[in-house]
Amino acid sequence: MTSEAETHGRDDAEDVLRIEDISMSFGAVTALRGVDLHLRRGEILGLVGDNGAGKSTLVKILTGFHRPDSGRVYLDGEEVRLRSVQDARAHGIETVFQDLALVDELSVFHNLFLNREHTGGGWFRFLRNSSMRTAARRLLDEMAVDVPSVDVPVAKLSGGQRQAIAVARAIQQRDIKILLLDEPLAAMGAKETALIIQVIKGLCRNTDISVIVIDHNYAHLFDLCDRINVIQQGRVTLDRDLSEISMEELIELMVQSRRRELSEYLPDTPTTRGGPR
Amino acid sequence: MTASAFRRFGELHLQELVISVVALALILFFTVQSPNFFTGDNAAALASFIAPIAFFALAEVPILILGEIDLSVGEVYVLSPFLVEHLNNAGIPVPFAIVLAMVICAVVGWVNGLITVKLHMPSFITTLGMTFALEGIILISSNGAPANPVGSGTLALVLGGATWAEAYWAIATMAILFVMLRRTSFGLHIVAAGGNAQSARESGIKVDFVKIWCFVLCAFVGGLIGILDGYHIGSIDPSTPGLTFMFYGVAAAVIGGTALTGGRGTMIGAAIGAVVLGILEDGFHVIGVNSFAYDLILGIAILIAMFLNVQIERATVRGAGHGSFARMLSFPLSRRTEGRRTEGRRKESVRR
Repeated sequence: MTSEAETHGRDDAEDVLRIEDISMSFGAVTALRGVDLHLRRGEILGLVGDNGAGKSTLVKILTGFHRPDSGRVYLDGEEVRLRSVQDARAHGIETVFQDLALVDELSVFHNLFLNREHTGGGWFRFLRNSSMRTAARRLLDEMAVDVPSVDVPVAKLSGGQRQAIAVARAIQQRDIKILLLDEPLAAMGAKETALIIQVIKGLCRNTDISVIVIDHNYAHLFDLCDRINVIQQGRVTLDRDLSEISMEELIELMVQSRRRELSEYLPDTPTTRGGPR
Repeated sequence: MTASAFRRFGELHLQELVISVVALALILFFTVQSPNFFTGDNAAALASFIAPIAFFALAEVPILILGEIDLSVGEVYVLSPFLVEHLNNAGIPVPFAIVLAMVICAVVGWVNGLITVKLHMPSFITTLGMTFALEGIILISSNGAPANPVGSGTLALVLGGATWAEAYWAIATMAILFVMLRRTSFGLHIVAAGGNAQSARESGIKVDFVKIWCFVLCAFVGGLIGILDGYHIGSIDPSTPGLTFMFYGVAAAVIGGTALTGGRGTMIGAAIGAVVLGILEDGFHVIGVNSFAYDLILGIAILIAMFLNVQIERATVRGAGHGSFARMLSFPLSRRTEGRRTEGRRKESVRR
């Protein structure tokens, strides 16, 4: 099964993140069985897989929320241990959760600069709102995010705009190497999806930031990602550059590996009879 | 949460505007009802009704924005002039005794905040306990007997003795707290911590620190109004119902648009709410409503004001609005469906 993953030659110099042989179980349930994964600088990597395949566990390990039972994580070639969310953040790994990230009651520019406010007046820390407004407008223009005004409370914005602002805030507030996006396109309309895809692509084009995206929708991932990893049964079963493969081929490969999985666990499953194997 | 509750008219929010109209309508009503209402003499009386309510409301606003409540500020109000008296009896000169009393009040707030934050107690419980504890301390230390506030002359006049002194202090306090809430980094962090504590924490805001300081601020303002009111009234009474006074303040803040669920509130709204309650109290006295009926009418008036407030909130928050009042207001409010959508999605993500 890992043969697919191994077809990709590793170029360590390019890899900002490399994961080797990560395993993790919760009691009797094994979530990950020896995952290998790598992420190149400035790359958008899509993770797909069924519910319970282990995508979320993997992302939570990278966020510092879970500590794996075994395996190694390398950042820029150096082994790191991500002990906590703060620890992961200090290493430049940031996760954007769509709605939990923003304070609805505050305006767009106050959200963007929350706890990084431009202030004057020394000890009193008076807000320099006009300065923040200008900077917020510039930032959003650069990212091509369209909001009615930076003065509106984020509660008034659409889901796509909120997501874009959450991303903008994450990259503006910290020194980020890797951005993890957990289903950024869930429950979005076509226009919003286009906006987010454009924002994330622009981000990777203009900066050094690498992105890992979890999503269920292959069409979205084909629009967004450079490369895709399929996670099944706690393993990476497929690793392909999307320039090398069409959506039909990918789906066919997924179905095949799914059949192999099934035949391994259930030798008499009817789906394997007369299959392409 | 809200979509158009934020709609602003210059510096005023929609709810502040609505409640200002209510205040003007009440002034008109009482002026028509009695020739004695719109007079210079009554203005002074009105000010002494409004000022204490305004102080309590202003003190509670940051706490309410944080989604907490401080029930004990009323007892701090009763305590502070007695502290001045006790300290003065112990040989400390009055000005120093006042400063020291204020510091002790701030410490009471600090303890409230510390217990709430560090022991993860609901502030309702923390400050309820503090209320009774302070009441006990006041009764024991004063032996239950009323007293006269110590200090006289210019000091007493400035600290509430003069007719308009209390009103000036209230206006100054409102101005300072307004700037704090709307124009400083700390004020922004209060709103952020109250609106979305998790997000605030993730931005590196020390939510616990913000909370504790808001409790300190609240108790400090409570101590200040206690001393001012002592000099204003000219006597201090250990059996003053602090809880009732505190609830006047909370009522004023909520009438002025502060959300009890946190995340939203303004100093100007709280002050206007205090004006409305003060006008009601004073107006009933002036037009000679039976003193037994007075509390009943006041209670109903508060309920109506709150009802209208909740209706406005529904009209603006959830989009649809439930009452005719809400529907009447909702036509100029746009983008309601989107507000509802994000609401639903947020619940979903919280569950996740």
